[in-house]
Amino acid sequence: MARALINLPKTAKAGDVIAIKTLMAHPMETGFRPGADGRILPRNIVTEFVCRFEDEEIFRAELFPASAANPFLTFTWVATRSGRFSFTWRGDGGFDQTETASITVA
Amino acid sequence: MPRRSGTSPPAALLAILLSGTLAGAEPIAPADRRSGFDQMSPAIQAMQRDDESNPGLLAVADGAELWTARPPSGRPACSGCHGEAASSLRGVAARYPAWDARMERPIDLQDRVNACRREHQGIEPLPYESPDLLALTAFVATQSRGLPIAPPDDDRLTPARNRGRALFEARQGQLGLSCAICHDDLWGRRLGAAVIPQGQPTGYPLYRLEWQGLGSLQRRLRNCLTGMRAEPFAYGAPDFVALELYLATRAAPLPVETPAVRP
Repeated sequence: MARALINLPKTAKAGDVIAIKTLMAHPMETGFRPGADGRILPRNIVTEFVCRFEDEEIFRAELFPASAANPFLTFTWVATRSGRFSFTWRGDGGFDQTETASITVA
Repeated sequence: MPRRSGTSPPAALLAILLSGTLAGAEPIAPADRRSGFDQMSPAIQAMQRDDESNPGLLAVADGAELWTARPPSGRPACSGCHGEAASSLRGVAARYPAWDARMERPIDLQDRVNACRREHQGIEPLPYESPDLLALTAFVATQSRGLPIAPPDDDRLTPARNRGRALFEARQGQLGLSCAICHDDLWGRRLGAAVIPQGQPTGYPLYRLEWQGLGSLQRRLRNCLTGMRAEPFAYGAPDFVALELYLATRAAPLPVETPAVRP
């Protein structure tokens, strides 16, 4: 399983704007580059990223072959209530990974 | 040599006189040494400084896992002997390359990891530039983050260190360049669009944007040699370790930055 780093504050005050940072270890092979044997390496990229807060979608991104390896996505969210985020990356070759993180809103 | 240039005038004068007479004068005085970090764009500096965006930390996290993983031989994991890396390995990477009494030659941190695997864990050494070797080396080196590079004061290292310096200063390749022409004499100026750094190995293994991944100092040196149209040494070659030794001496006392990010 690929490694992901997720960073967000553990606690926040209601109404605060918090930054959520995600970093996913992924080669993001474009599908245009030749390998050591001269043949084109098959495309292997993350195509979709979704962040949900308690099953409500709050952020979505589509990725394409020009993205760098280990895509880093950061976005903001207005803290409303305590709960759990789920982060899902999907991509070529059946790549599908979900991570979770929680926040306490006082 | 004084460590700072801001000494009293007679001492500074003496230093200048001495450096002119000593054959082994240092090309860049310790006070003038700069990490390549200082010459990067603010965006890449922020990427390295911020542990939440530094992609090198992905490998460090992998290394932390390997550190505690029991090898298939049934021998202890790295942590079985060394314990908590944050305390037991603090400052270790800042002293490498170092002399290995068993192999009777200087070895760098990657060789140390592999020697440990072979001798104490009874498992195969990891290939150079393999993700696991880079991850373990990055994990070990990160424990020294912020500490000054402190090459060991060991006479047995002197021949290799001198060899490294000779390699650094010798012209080689079809372009007839030496490392010193750019990194000692022309640092701070430009080679095409890129600013020439001093070539201080403060953050290896590091995440290079051009590589889209982590790489060792030897990989970086191979890049430079290829760019000079010289024949690069093989991974693990004694000449590479000699160069690494000289580079560490040349970089002290800059702080260790592993895992650094470079363009």
